[in-house]
Amino acid sequence: MKYTEEHEWLLVDGDVVVVGITAHAAEQLGDIVFIELPEEGATVSKDDEIVVIESVKAASDILAPLDGEIVEVNEAIVENPAMVNEDAEGEAWFFKMKVEDLSALDELMDEAEYKDFIG
Amino acid sequence: MTALQRTGLFDLHVELGAKMVPFAGYEMPVQYKPGVMKEHLHTRAAAGLFDVSHMGQVILRPRSGDLADAALALETLVPVDILALKEGRQRYAMFTNDAGGILDDLMVASRGDHLFLVVNAACKADDIAHLRAHLSDACEIEEISDRALLALQGPAAETALAAHVPGVADMKFMDVRTFDTAFGALWVSRSGYTGEDGFEISVPADQVVALARALLADEAVEPIGLGARDSLRLEAGLCLYGHDIDTTTTPVEAALTWAIQKSRRTGGARAGGFPGAAQILGQFDTGAPRTRVGLRPEGRAPMREGTLLFDDANAADPIGAVTSGGFGPSVEAPISMGYVASGQASDGTIIYGEVRGKRLPAVITALPFRPATYKR
Repeated sequence: MKYTEEHEWLLVDGDVVVVGITAHAAEQLGDIVFIELPEEGATVSKDDEIVVIESVKAASDILAPLDGEIVEVNEAIVENPAMVNEDAEGEAWFFKMKVEDLSALDELMDEAEYKDFIG
Repeated sequence: MTALQRTGLFDLHVELGAKMVPFAGYEMPVQYKPGVMKEHLHTRAAAGLFDVSHMGQVILRPRSGDLADAALALETLVPVDILALKEGRQRYAMFTNDAGGILDDLMVASRGDHLFLVVNAACKADDIAHLRAHLSDACEIEEISDRALLALQGPAAETALAAHVPGVADMKFMDVRTFDTAFGALWVSRSGYTGEDGFEISVPADQVVALARALLADEAVEPIGLGARDSLRLEAGLCLYGHDIDTTTTPVEAALTWAIQKSRRTGGARAGGFPGAAQILGQFDTGAPRTRVGLRPEGRAPMREGTLLFDDANAADPIGAVTSGGFGPSVEAPISMGYVASGQASDGTIIYGEVRGKRLPAVITALPFRPATYKR
């Protein structure tokens, strides 16, 4: 698994990348009550604001971690946002994207680096 | 910037795993380990213990010895009937300014030879200065600094408190009584700000930890932070000072006319005589230009404070804005309160909130969002 400074995790699965938020991020956000996901088929650029998460505390954006195309979104978390608090790094993935250049992942943090990053 | 103050329960909050945040000049628990949602639901299902020691406790004693003199003096600052407040009873009030705006909202209790006021933490210094400036001839004004304040709220509150203070079971909503207990003299009111039955307990500062621990020893009682306190009061349709009401909102605009008894309205025995009376009583007759309403967004996106409201998905000019908004854990939906032009304030009207550039529909809804369960 790879991690961004925006507290996303990325997992390569065949020719797509699965993206979610880390358990640390979910805990910081608190109880999540609303999620808006991008459209399937949307072309996104790195750092586009493509997901909105609302917790009981506040609204936050999730940025596209890489350039690519959204190929699938997880409607289950839209129906039941609390899933993200329960299983952020498992069942509660956010979207899958197809990226041109998988080598872009090499620049992201690995688990040990992310742990250091969140201190 | 001055250092943040701590309440007498600071160490206990930390021990209980609270996340502490700055609030109104104090370091206060915003949530404990279970989080806002679970804390909210626990309060509605059992009982929640809240540290509200940051709030101001003030005693007004009549210099004449006649409580009516203190009541009449306080009536010069609030549009509320204090004279008719019976011993052992409490009521909601607000300090108004000359424009009819609200300086603070507060509780006023009649405790025999004095009035006992509980005011908001963020306003307490100004409130006390205001009282001293206007009431010093008639009253001794004493800020109580050697007492803490707890709120115990929820359906299990009575049983939990009665285990230590049996007499509280006989109290009804807005009753106030003093009990001599193992925790010293407790000034108890059957009230709160969650829409639940429950109590607010003024306790000697040196006994607050012992009382809090004794209440928390009851398995029905969990500590609850400010996050859940906010969602509970929002579901109950109660105003948060500085958000839903402030110096720019009148009690009529804020839909708080129920707090202004007939005796203080036009034609009443002591009509007017409070700051902003002309403006406020005028709005009783002619209506206020805007009104505080409840809003239920039709989708799942919360409409938070500041969200602009429109009467049409394409309208150019807003008709108002949200003043409090979020997710209501018990109603299981987003809820908001805000002000809209009075002509567009009737229940069932669909208006639009602008969230992240999109106009989303919301229905104007009667408050509270969840019926209160006070013991009347």
